[in-house]
Amino acid sequence: MSENTGHHIVSPRIYVAIFSALMVFTAITVAVARFDLASIWGPLNIIVAMTVATIKATLVILYFMHVRYSSKLTQVIVIAGLFWLVIMLVLTIADYMARSGWPTPLGQV
Amino acid sequence: MADSHVTEYGLAHHFSSMEQQREAGTIGMWIFLLTELMFFGGMFLVYTIFRTTYPAGFEQGSHLLSVQLGGLNTVVLIVSSVTMAMAVYYSQIGERKKLVGMLTVTLVLGLVFLVVKYFEYREKFEHHLFPAMGFYAPDAEHLAVQYHQQVRVFLWIYFAMTGLHALHMIIGAGMLLILILMAHKGRFTTSYNSPVEICGLYWHFVDIVWIFLFPLLYLTGYHLTGH
Repeated sequence: MSENTGHHIVSPRIYVAIFSALMVFTAITVAVARFDLASIWGPLNIIVAMTVATIKATLVILYFMHVRYSSKLTQVIVIAGLFWLVIMLVLTIADYMARSGWPTPLGQV
Repeated sequence: MADSHVTEYGLAHHFSSMEQQREAGTIGMWIFLLTELMFFGGMFLVYTIFRTTYPAGFEQGSHLLSVQLGGLNTVVLIVSSVTMAMAVYYSQIGERKKLVGMLTVTLVLGLVFLVVKYFEYREKFEHHLFPAMGFYAPDAEHLAVQYHQQVRVFLWIYFAMTGLHALHMIIGAGMLLILILMAHKGRFTTSYNSPVEICGLYWHFVDIVWIFLFPLLYLTGYHLTGH
């Protein structure tokens, strides 16, 4: 990926392509949110929304933030950070799922 | 990898080459961004736990937000990310005027985002939907009474997350202003442009936070109809 002294200049054409992809994915996520997909499967709406958002974030990280063209050390640091985030989310949510009574019910409907 | 580093413009004395300095700067910014990731991650965790507990309240609360304004801001931020990326590109190929131009467009788009956010916040205050300091008094026409308490939790999370995001935008706008002045004075060269690059990393990170905030806050209740 890297030519002169390891520094890569990303072409504007790639930026325009990523921009188009981000706009298309934004349109998709708004269009899908118009419909209540819970009749198909309860969490389908949130799964679609988060999948699209994750794809968009990945495009930004890889191309706008140049991680695809960065050194191995930078890439390892980014992946390790994301892994730590996943640990925090998964273990904490697992804990909440394993107990009940908090947060307490509010204005039950 | 020349030894004549003392004469190289922009190279601090504790680095042995421009490449080492650039790499150190990039990694330093990423380490900072990872602390930011854990910081925002904690808020997304709070969102997840409360949304799982009060799914109906979160849909109703989300329905109070304007998808049009949130969507407009999403587009504004994506475009600003592209112009920021282009600023980095122009700094790398040494086009000073285009660099200043792209940084300025990025700053203007950042300010547009904040202005839209201001109008959204003001509308929430006008409808007594700010959840704290005695403001919270939604009328039944806007929000069915049985949802008031749950929606209040949603609005707390909405203001906390978008407020912190907006604070990051304000800091980013300040950084852009400094970059514009530096670029205008010709401080950046094809070999020394790390400040543009790492401020770009920050700007894109703030964009990524919004990429998740938009569907979670604005689109969750989009399928609901009427009030």
